[in-house]
Amino acid sequence: MTDPEAGPSAPASGPGALPATPTEASREMGRSTLHRIWALSAIPMAAVALAVIVGAVVMMASSVVIGGSFDAGLPVRAYLALLEGGLGIGAAQPENAITASIVNTAPLLLAGLSVALGFKAGLFNIGATGQFLMGGLAASVVGAQFANADPLVAIPVAVVAGAAGGALYGFIPGLLKAVTGAHEVVTTIMLNYIATFTASALVIGLLRAPGFTFDRTAAVSNATLPVVFGRDLNLGVFLAVAFVPITSWLIWRTTLGFEIRTVGANPSAARYAGMSPRRLIILTMSLCGLLSGLAGAILFLGEIGFYPATFGTAIGFDAIAVALLGRAHPVGVLFGALLFGVLRAGAPLMQIRAEIPVEIIDVLQAIILFFLAADIVVRRLFRVRAARAGVDEIQTVTRSYGEQAVR
Amino acid sequence: MTIAPAGIPEADPPRLEMRGITKRYPGVVANDHIDLDLRAGEIHALLGENGAGKSTLMNILYGLARPDEGEILLDGVPVTIEGPSDAISRGISMVHQHFMLVPVLSVADNILLGAEVMADPIFLDRRKANRRIKELGDQFGFEIDPDAKVEGLSVGWQQRVEIMKALYREARVLVLDEPTAVLTPQETKEIFAVLRRLADEGRSIIFISHKLYEVLEIADRITVIRRGKVVGTRLPSATDEDDLAELMVGREVQLVVDRGESHPTEPILEVQGIHAKDDRGHETVRGVALTVRAGEIYGVAGVAGNGQEELVEALTGLRRPTSGSVRLDDQDVTGAGPRDLQRAGMSFVPGDRHRFGMVLSFSIADNLVLTQYDEPPFARGILRNDGAIDEWARRAIEQYDIRTPAADIPAGTLSGGNQQKTVVARECSRNLRLLVLDQPTRGLDVGSIEFIHRQVIAKRDEGAAILLVSAELDEILELSDRIGVMYRGSLVAEMDGPSADRETVGLLMATGSRGGGGVAANDAPRAA
Amino acid sequence: MEILYDIPILGLVFQFLGYLVEVLPRIAPGILAGATPIALGAMCGILCERSGVVNIGIEGMMLTGAFVGYATASVVAGMVPDTAGTLVFGLTLPLVAAVVTAVAASVALAALHAWLSISVRADQIISGTIINIAALGLTSYLNRLVGSGLGGGGRFSEFEPPPALVELPVVGWIFEAFLAQGPLAMSVIIIVIVMQVLLFRSRWGLRTRAVGEHPKAADTVGINVIRLRYRNVVVGGVLAGLAGAYLTLEATGTFQNGMTAGRGFIALAAVIFGRWTPIGALLAALLFAGSERLGVSIGLRPPDGQLGDLLAGIPDQFYAALPYVITIVILAGVVGRSIPPAAVGRPYEKESTA
Repeated sequence: MTDPEAGPSAPASGPGALPATPTEASREMGRSTLHRIWALSAIPMAAVALAVIVGAVVMMASSVVIGGSFDAGLPVRAYLALLEGGLGIGAAQPENAITASIVNTAPLLLAGLSVALGFKAGLFNIGATGQFLMGGLAASVVGAQFANADPLVAIPVAVVAGAAGGALYGFIPGLLKAVTGAHEVVTTIMLNYIATFTASALVIGLLRAPGFTFDRTAAVSNATLPVVFGRDLNLGVFLAVAFVPITSWLIWRTTLGFEIRTVGANPSAARYAGMSPRRLIILTMSLCGLLSGLAGAILFLGEIGFYPATFGTAIGFDAIAVALLGRAHPVGVLFGALLFGVLRAGAPLMQIRAEIPVEIIDVLQAIILFFLAADIVVRRLFRVRAARAGVDEIQTVTRSYGEQAVR
Repeated sequence: MTIAPAGIPEADPPRLEMRGITKRYPGVVANDHIDLDLRAGEIHALLGENGAGKSTLMNILYGLARPDEGEILLDGVPVTIEGPSDAISRGISMVHQHFMLVPVLSVADNILLGAEVMADPIFLDRRKANRRIKELGDQFGFEIDPDAKVEGLSVGWQQRVEIMKALYREARVLVLDEPTAVLTPQETKEIFAVLRRLADEGRSIIFISHKLYEVLEIADRITVIRRGKVVGTRLPSATDEDDLAELMVGREVQLVVDRGESHPTEPILEVQGIHAKDDRGHETVRGVALTVRAGEIYGVAGVAGNGQEELVEALTGLRRPTSGSVRLDDQDVTGAGPRDLQRAGMSFVPGDRHRFGMVLSFSIADNLVLTQYDEPPFARGILRNDGAIDEWARRAIEQYDIRTPAADIPAGTLSGGNQQKTVVARECSRNLRLLVLDQPTRGLDVGSIEFIHRQVIAKRDEGAAILLVSAELDEILELSDRIGVMYRGSLVAEMDGPSADRETVGLLMATGSRGGGGVAANDAPRAA
Repeated sequence: MEILYDIPILGLVFQFLGYLVEVLPRIAPGILAGATPIALGAMCGILCERSGVVNIGIEGMMLTGAFVGYATASVVAGMVPDTAGTLVFGLTLPLVAAVVTAVAASVALAALHAWLSISVRADQIISGTIINIAALGLTSYLNRLVGSGLGGGGRFSEFEPPPALVELPVVGWIFEAFLAQGPLAMSVIIIVIVMQVLLFRSRWGLRTRAVGEHPKAADTVGINVIRLRYRNVVVGGVLAGLAGAYLTLEATGTFQNGMTAGRGFIALAAVIFGRWTPIGALLAALLFAGSERLGVSIGLRPPDGQLGDLLAGIPDQFYAALPYVITIVILAGVVGRSIPPAAVGRPYEKESTA
């Protein structure tokens, strides 16, 4: 029930308060585009900067264990190695590093878009991992079927199969949520585990390709994504990048995007406006699954070429970090994916040179996420007068916890 | 300066005094040097429009806010009230407008929460607690079952539980915030009797309201607040509704907009035998039949909670009726969804604008096309047409006097009145056959109310059929060409609008019948 | 009895029931043990959600407690002489110290979640997810860094119930199931009962429930909503820490990356299934653990006859996936009918105080 006595919403005090009156809001919007980009990206950038600093502290502390004594220079060596391994700075052949980063980034970009699209609809898609695996498996298997066909046929078919596999695996939690109210946070996590087991069982059993020493599917051969640029940049990269404008277009220029955003912001109003939250949740989760499935497809069809039974990945968590860092905006997701793509690509070299375990990237990721959530800390430290950081746009996610079936 | 209440012994000092209370929020002075005094055994009404500052003042009294200037004296002694527990321990209790009751807990648990009866440091003593509550109930003449769950009680009984919370804590000053907002006239009479009794016992009561006639009936003294300042204190014998209204609003209020004549033509909305259930599965709409013609305003009167909400939802596609039929413009639309109804020419201004009517985080422009987003010219197929949307937004803002400098800022920054105008702008701008309005002016300032009423009448004169559902009897009487009264889920009477009189309609709303008798059955709560 | 087995189709059900009856006494202790982390996690969930805070981070808290406990036990064991086996439950200094630190670590994470959810008012699911990601990352990192140097500090040993009880006909196996457990598993029943009683009969329980349903109402009668929520979430951290400690100090004596394997989320399903009551959640936890144990049992010692042949073809992964599938089925089937505390997930904003 709204309080009739409250006119304009009472302004929150302190820095970075939301505009309270139309004039305030208008003034904020009137500022130049550059200013607005700054306002949107300030917190994520600050979060990354802080994470680098805190990460350095962690590395210094770890130096005691690694080298036997405290080594204040360890973080410097580590970060330099990271930059070399990820961006080729200081390396003999920088294009190797850059290629590795891009190859890492492409699937992560699609998975990040998958999570971001979910956020727009008020859904938290933690199931990107499972959708990725199912999509990848589908792409590998179908690709293997077309291994000897004309590439012009094999490639699209395999890619579409990957997208479809992922879409199906996103459809399931979407349907469950829409019809029974089961919150996607728990169901998608369960489905992630189930996907791993299912894929494993299938590849060991039904889908096993004969003649190999370990359990795997057959090679996709002609369905492999062609290399377009340099040594390693295959079609998948361009496919992934293409989806940034496609997703933007979907969200803001189409009626479907308007419906998705409305359901995410206010499902009751969506019903009133003639939309069907039930249909939209199912559709959106399927689209999320499609994107993650596509990510799996480009990895397996572009890099690996077959599906090994013991394949595991943590891309789902990376995708969440990427989506939050990018504030659920496709362009932001692109930058977030690039950041993590570089980090993941550079980590092995860092482990070799500085002996810091690659898992430090997970630690950095956690620190970044913490600062995003605790944006209030970031704002105080940097005196940033920006709107509240990305996580507040995603307030809607918890709202539906425990709610009954969507009407 | 102070006007003494008649018939109340003038003890010195007064039980409660608030002197020079001032409270500022960013951009507004909510309370501006307010003086108020309250005597033992007095019922003192605080009258003012929404946003005048009454709630702020009471929040200060209850310790939920601290004044920037001024002081509070209890029995002549200056005190600082730290918070609700402090206020309670000093004998000040508040009965809020939106009940502060936990629905799934029992009556006893609710009354005792915060002041629990303990058997030992850890465990509650339920038996002792129940006994105390029964005693309290007997003292005030209501039989109450301490174990009944609050969610199963009627609104009138829930309010009694709220009052018992205060009495249990031995309140000497009771503050009631809009207590009759959700009561039937019968329940209002009963609550007034209770309040009289409490006052006769020596307790002091502050009665906050914006309902002029009630205040005149129950209060010993009336203080009017406008824009944070006290603009006058009156004795009920020395004032009347017009005087109070002028004090409240500050100018001569045109209480009634000129409705003009209606020229109804063919029937647009035909409802037959509609039944519907609420979210809990109880049937709340029991066979409603009505017809609304083009060019007429049909007002559905009734106290909130008699099935109007479910009826409106059934007619606007937000709820499936369990039986019956609805025809719109001679098409069967029974059970149709909002989209189909909109295509058939229905527009709907919902009662809860924040929940249904708009998306606060979207721009004003997007809100202005919320129900037409996929129709030309705003969209062609799947592609939206931003140019057309902006063009329409500019026109609407001007035409409907929506106070905002731009169309692309979030709608949540608008004031309540302007938000509602946005919704009305959207719904009235279509080529509509039927306009359904549910509580369209609840919580709005007088200026916005006037504006919206004029729009509704204008639409009627353009030939639309209008279905107005409102719990505000004044609004119904002011606008309706025909009136139907809902009571306990059915339409108990239908009558001509201009000739309807207040008392008859009020009685129908309260009791379901015109004549005397018809007292509501004893609905003292019992545990299931 | 065998005649029932031969009925087509329906006979399979009877065969299954017969198998259950035969196998239950053997796997019952394992079921209770396996239910321990889920039940403790569910208690944490109940505590948080009854107060109005969604805690998705139980998984992370468990994992952190597991690792910290393991690390502490290893380190302390390296510093003190070996005294294992002398006390009941095999209590040693390293193990006790490990439980303490495991709980402390989990409490730290719980305090963080409380701060983010209650004071910062971030989205609670995101806050919990961050804790999960952080826990996984940190424990994996530390495990890689120092894990090879840790040798483990032993584990609690099970209590040995008197043979007189265990060998009783018919009910003996029940005694064995409950009593042949380590200290953490045994504590579950006590914790569940204590929580059930306190939640519905104590002042704390009444206030907690009020705060989770209608915090404003509680606030206006003078209850400090913020403080109550903080305290409950932090105490919940204790329980999650115990769950983690169980994994590395009682169930096994080792640590593996991500060893909680989703139990924290299964605990949430148990909360919903049990309708936010401790006893209900315990029953749900037993159901989950039971399904897993049953699966293992079928794999090791399959039933005879028709049923056995039917089940033989099912790959092991199916049984491994079973708890997760059951979780989904329960969520889908029950969530609509199981009503959570009304204010769960919504941060509480006090009226502006001066």
